Amino acid sequence: MTTLVYLIPIALFLGGLALVAFLWALRSGQYDDLDGAAHRVLLDEASLGAD
Amino acid sequence: MSCCAPGTDGDAAELTVLSDDEVAMSSRSLGDGSRQVELSVPAVHCAACINAVESTLREIEGVEAARVNLSTRRVTVRYRDGAMPPLATRLAAIGYPAHPAEEAETANDAEFSRLLRAVAVSGFAAGNIMLLSVSVWSGAEGATRDLFHYVSALIAIPALIFAGGIFYRSAWSALSHGRVNMDLPIAVGVTLAYAMSIHETVTHGPHAYFDAAVSLLFFLLIGRTLDHAMRNRARSAVLGLARLSPRGALVLLPDGSRDYRQLGDIAAGDRLLVAVGERIPVDARIETGASDLDLALVTGESTPVPVTRGVTVRAGGLNLTGPLTLQALRPASGSFLAEMLAMLEAAEGGRARYRRIAERVSTLYAPVVHLGALVTFFGWMAVGGDWHFAMTTAIAVLIITCPCALGLAVPIVQVVAARRLFEAGIMVKDGSGLERLAEANHVVLDKTGTLTLGRPRLVNGDEIDPRMLAVAAALAAHSRHPFSRALATAGRGTERAIAFDGLAEHPGQGIEGRNDEGVWRLGRPGWASEGGADGGTVLSLDGREVARFAFEDRLRPGAAEAVDRLARLVGLVEMLSGDAQPACRQVAGALGIEQFQWALLPAQKVERIVTLGREGHRVLMVGDGLNDAPALAAAHVSAAPATAADVGRSAADFVFLRDGLGAVPLAVEVARKADRLIRQNIALAIGYNVVAVPIAVLGHATPLVAAIAMSLSSLLVVANALRLARVSATVEATPARTIVAPA
Repeated sequence: MTTLVYLIPIALFLGGLALVAFLWALRSGQYDDLDGAAHRVLLDEASLGAD
Repeated sequence: MSCCAPGTDGDAAELTVLSDDEVAMSSRSLGDGSRQVELSVPAVHCAACINAVESTLREIEGVEAARVNLSTRRVTVRYRDGAMPPLATRLAAIGYPAHPAEEAETANDAEFSRLLRAVAVSGFAAGNIMLLSVSVWSGAEGATRDLFHYVSALIAIPALIFAGGIFYRSAWSALSHGRVNMDLPIAVGVTLAYAMSIHETVTHGPHAYFDAAVSLLFFLLIGRTLDHAMRNRARSAVLGLARLSPRGALVLLPDGSRDYRQLGDIAAGDRLLVAVGERIPVDARIETGASDLDLALVTGESTPVPVTRGVTVRAGGLNLTGPLTLQALRPASGSFLAEMLAMLEAAEGGRARYRRIAERVSTLYAPVVHLGALVTFFGWMAVGGDWHFAMTTAIAVLIITCPCALGLAVPIVQVVAARRLFEAGIMVKDGSGLERLAEANHVVLDKTGTLTLGRPRLVNGDEIDPRMLAVAAALAAHSRHPFSRALATAGRGTERAIAFDGLAEHPGQGIEGRNDEGVWRLGRPGWASEGGADGGTVLSLDGREVARFAFEDRLRPGAAEAVDRLARLVGLVEMLSGDAQPACRQVAGALGIEQFQWALLPAQKVERIVTLGREGHRVLMVGDGLNDAPALAAAHVSAAPATAADVGRSAADFVFLRDGLGAVPLAVEVARKADRLIRQNIALAIGYNVVAVPIAVLGHATPLVAAIAMSLSSLLVVANALRLARVSATVEATPARTIVAPA
């Protein structure tokens, strides 16, 4: 029982962290172009120019 | 870099070129001295493409930034205000023809990200509550169970407010209009489940439905989000039409001065000046001047019409070769474009009457579910009189029957179908378009720009002396006439630098230039050369004919095959065109279309479609021009090529991005398959209820049973929908470069 007192908050905190991370990613436009992100890995940094 | 650039040969690149003026028109100012424009570039599909497009655009003078979005096949370009970078022509030159993209609707996007956030929150809550519930099911008891229940109740609160709010609002707005929708049983079920679970927790009871309530919201929100992605993204076609009409015109005042007036301020009787490259602002009569008018948007006619003094012209025609002075006959409100606007508005109203499958199911479903729950409650009250048990069972029935799978059944199939079509170069603008396309049983096709590419092509290039072709191409490069453009394209590469003095374009006649060999003329026989047979376009040197060019509009790639397949799949195929009879007869003959009508006005096209609809036909209309827009909106379902006028694209349910017409039958096949899967999914969801409801009514639906049943049925409909992704890879749209010349 005592373990639960700190395990549950920890579990919720970690889950909440993931939620915040997702909302942040959503807000910063990382879900706007999933296909493009997959392909851009293959491009040279130099050829990308200023973004 | 051309590993995958489709159609880098000039032929394909020439097919669909957006003019740079149009690009500039659709750009918007960012306010900080730069402008931004979004272009649809369907040919982009790999890393090399991204690189080619972005680096090409960035090299253009004045361009500040260019970013490709591969998921939407679009490129966003920011450039300095005032610069007019040749974006579209440069893209076309490297093999990525661009189309104007629909404007990103910020309001729509805001709603979408609100849904996504709600999915995230409810997903978080559902996951955590489910973890706690699993330990309760595994045997947690006493104080531990109560603690878990309390924690679950706490976690559920933000989910109920944030995610549940969407359903509460929707259910309330339906109720306040005296209707029921699918959200009503959801809102009632979730609220009652939560309230009862709180009561259960406080009284130290064993069965709390927090997990069911929240995971229900989670599943339903996934369906809702997918559905939203498929919602009508088309902005009203009427807006596009309004933008297409010229903003104003130069009015010649009686005292000889000139004044630029807004369109609305032009009155009948005003004298107007229309320069080359401008559109006719209002219906008017030509006072002085002669020119060729491109009426493709107005009548669908492919060949420009020579006009001269005394001729009446309609608003919307594009002045190609000579400046005109016009006398306005009607104000803008009574002109052709305004009439089209009125017709479009009327037609769009009719389309809105279609009720989607999900709506039709839900109006039947909600009352049945509520009735079932009520009957359960009163039944158990009558049998045992234990109100707590009766209440618990009734709520369990509500939860079990909550249309979880039903809410997913339709949108998931439509999303998969849209994805499938997008890969084949077809954009679906509206999920209900897929449903309506599956019902189509009559096809109506426009000719110019739909069956044909709407651009003339030189057909006898092989018989002509290459040197003469080079001269003609050099002359033609100075004119906007479609024949000239075709010649310039045909002669591309052969031309050396041929310089002319005294270049002059004679409106309605042709173009003239001189060099040390003499006077060259390119144009109508009779003007360019003395005597000689009529027909075609003639190149002459000092009045002597040296070459004669023949032009023909070209059929869209795969047109014959597409018409054939549409006839087999859908039903009768018929062609309605604004063009003249001979041109229609020729195209119809080449494609095996038996039923066709020619020289139709836009209103007559709409009339024909309305008549067909009244006879019980569900018409699939494929068209492109402004003149087709009301017909596209009036038809049961419609498709337009990406080269269509902006208005046509907005009015259509489907837009195909590739040149081939094979996209249309492919869309029909996918829509039919999607329709079958939707019906299967609805049957699955209802079948699940038939099994689950008796269990719930009899009082055996513990939270564990509810959780398993709900998840399983949702997974089942998703798995069924994914079968669509595998549909017939063999019916892929025909390659974009196949060229079929008309007979």
